[in-house]
Amino acid sequence: MTLLEAKDLCKRYASGGRQVAALDGVSLTLAAGETLGLAGASGSGKSTLARVLTRLVPPDGGAVRFEGEDWLALSGEGLRRRRARMQMVFQDVLGAFNPRATVGAVIGDPLRIHAVVPKADRAREVAALLDRVGLPASYAARSIRDLSGGQRQRVAIARAIAPRPALVVLDEAVSALDVSLRERMLELLVALQRERGIAYLFVSHDLAVLSAVSHRLAIMEAGRIVETGPAAQVIGDPRSPAGQALVRAVPVLKRPD
Amino acid sequence: MTALCEIRQLRVTYRGQPAPALDGIDLDIRAGERLAIIGESGSGKSTFARALADLLPGGASVAGELRWAAGHAPRAGRDIGFVFQDPAASLNPVLTIGEQVAEGARRHLGLSRKEGRLRALEMLERVRLPDPEKTLDAFPHQLSGGQRQRVAIAAALAAKPGLLIADEPTSALDMVVQAEIVALLGDLVRDGGMTLVFITHDIALASGFADRVAIFRDGTLVEAGPTGRVLAAPRAAYTAALIASHRDLATPPLIGEAGR
Amino acid sequence: MRTVRTLLRTPEGAIGLGLLAVLALVALLAPVLSPGDPLRIAGRALIAPFTDPAFPLGTDRLGRDVLAGIVHGARTSLAVGLAAALAALAIGLCVGLAAGFAGGIVDEALMRVTDAFQIVPSFLLALAFVSVVGASAPVVVLAIALGAWADPARLTRAQVLSVRERDYVAAARVIGMHPAEIAVREILPNVLPPVLALSAIIVAAAILTEAALSFLGLGDPNIVTWGSMIAEGRNVLRSAPFLSIFPGLALVATVVGVYLLSEGLGKALADGREA
Repeated sequence: MTLLEAKDLCKRYASGGRQVAALDGVSLTLAAGETLGLAGASGSGKSTLARVLTRLVPPDGGAVRFEGEDWLALSGEGLRRRRARMQMVFQDVLGAFNPRATVGAVIGDPLRIHAVVPKADRAREVAALLDRVGLPASYAARSIRDLSGGQRQRVAIARAIAPRPALVVLDEAVSALDVSLRERMLELLVALQRERGIAYLFVSHDLAVLSAVSHRLAIMEAGRIVETGPAAQVIGDPRSPAGQALVRAVPVLKRPD
Repeated sequence: MTALCEIRQLRVTYRGQPAPALDGIDLDIRAGERLAIIGESGSGKSTFARALADLLPGGASVAGELRWAAGHAPRAGRDIGFVFQDPAASLNPVLTIGEQVAEGARRHLGLSRKEGRLRALEMLERVRLPDPEKTLDAFPHQLSGGQRQRVAIAAALAAKPGLLIADEPTSALDMVVQAEIVALLGDLVRDGGMTLVFITHDIALASGFADRVAIFRDGTLVEAGPTGRVLAAPRAAYTAALIASHRDLATPPLIGEAGR
Repeated sequence: MRTVRTLLRTPEGAIGLGLLAVLALVALLAPVLSPGDPLRIAGRALIAPFTDPAFPLGTDRLGRDVLAGIVHGARTSLAVGLAAALAALAIGLCVGLAAGFAGGIVDEALMRVTDAFQIVPSFLLALAFVSVVGASAPVVVLAIALGAWADPARLTRAQVLSVRERDYVAAARVIGMHPAEIAVREILPNVLPPVLALSAIIVAAAILTEAALSFLGLGDPNIVTWGSMIAEGRNVLRSAPFLSIFPGLALVATVVGVYLLSEGLGKALADGREA
């Protein structure tokens, strides 16, 4: 069942007197419960696509159907209510959390806004979510600032799954983490997908990360999708120069023979 | 190989911090080698780089010895070049690329303005920037992240230092650019007969070009040795864990076979 | 809270807070420390300071107690300074928030008005306003505020524009938070710290402006202020300099206290923001 269908998305920016096409006719589909990896070098437009799909940035052209509805036509209260179904995890750079927030407030916000559980059960739901992402329930009282990068990213995931979304967009969600943490984070994401049937749109410049979790891969370059297909196929036999460059760029552990 | 620098019992504590950022580091840097310092966040690898280059903030207390072969500590810019992680922050936004690359050369080699400009042009060509003539008069914000890092490397090498320290120079760049920058550094260092100390968190990246690796963890040196030996037969459990947690395209995916 | 503790740990914050605490106490306890009307004639004229225990700081040309003047003048300085700063901040915050959030033509229009008020030297503006409207405490407060609101307005707007672009604001939108809630819970608390740090400087400037206006005879004539005391002493500057020096020292101590506090506040609040 097709969860998300984007057609001919375009986004132009004026830069230095010229028009730059950040998105130049991008189309993709995503089925329920699957992971589509979106790979590309910087400037390929993958982050712009993530922001257009999550309605953070309006496109200049194109259409998006999400769960059978015209996603771009929604606005105001209608949009806010439907947002529960599409969530996002940002790269954990310093700006991803309100520096004054507590962990409990961060996770509690979507629960409250979308009345996921009755008010009396909210604290318990927050504790359950914290536990699911591998953090002690006592962390709810802590300030976000006191957490390490890995812990913050777990809170970000908890926040994203709290309103029971059908799709989570992950924009370089593990890129800022230490390598040893990355694997555990990816395992958590895969487990959550299996349990809750969440689809992921995973944006990254690191094909190794994408190869771990993606069912299908799309390669972006200069605002266009230049290659798409099952993950193993695209990685095993990339047809596009951009795809080949991404494959070549993954560092391989050189052991002596 | 002779040792360019012998580090003995190096300990660094930042002002106001109870625990040392680095403790009891014993390591040799051999002339002409490519040494990779590998560690995760908080391992002290950046502190090590800055201690070598004498770039620690005022108030940081340093104990132990840094015995340089030259007899004296290396002069910044002249004997040591430093490439920082964030190319946007390490370049001055109000100076042209040419001015910044020439600065080190002019100051240390006593070049005139014209000679400095020529040297800058030469360096920009060596770091394989497209259209080096035009780039001389461009400003940092007009370049991409990868291009800026090439400029930073050019500036670091302009005065022909014997030692180049690169502190996570590719961590802020995407994979494709990372591969190019690492290859560039490898070539430049080899052509110039320089010593390279490369700080990174990526053991696979380091294995691609380093002669020796040193693994740092929580401010201590866990293990050091020739890259091949460390990777094939790690002596410390932590090193083995780091190697095991590496993922590349050959590693089996986490999602099930039938795609679900 | 955390901020106050950090504030007290910095030397500037501790000294500044100490000085201002003394000042505030003096101002509050004025009627206890020096009962009676400070403007009444209490003794002989021009008694030198430190000679008569009844008048520790001496008396002025009319025989008014200098110490009483200093103590009661503290009330005026603090009250006017704080009130003017609060008014300036209130106006500045409103304008800055409106401009930062609305954008477009509203932003442009508000910024041109802000430009106009910033171009005119604030003291001259206050001077002109008081001369035209008349000298009384509320008018003085308003006059000072008119000259001081433009800086906080600009700073607030800059902060709003910067904070709006942060990922946590985007995250709030993605969760489905109502824009009003985003403005109040996500943006505003992160906009305020630098503006609050500026407020201490505004208080210092307000106190000095009030003193200057009083000095020129444009303050409220019915209350004693340090500025008017300095003006009084002008006539006998050679023979009885202490009449101007004491209120002058009081002013210096107050302004230094405020500046030190603002330094400490800046440091403490910087800790509380994005680390």
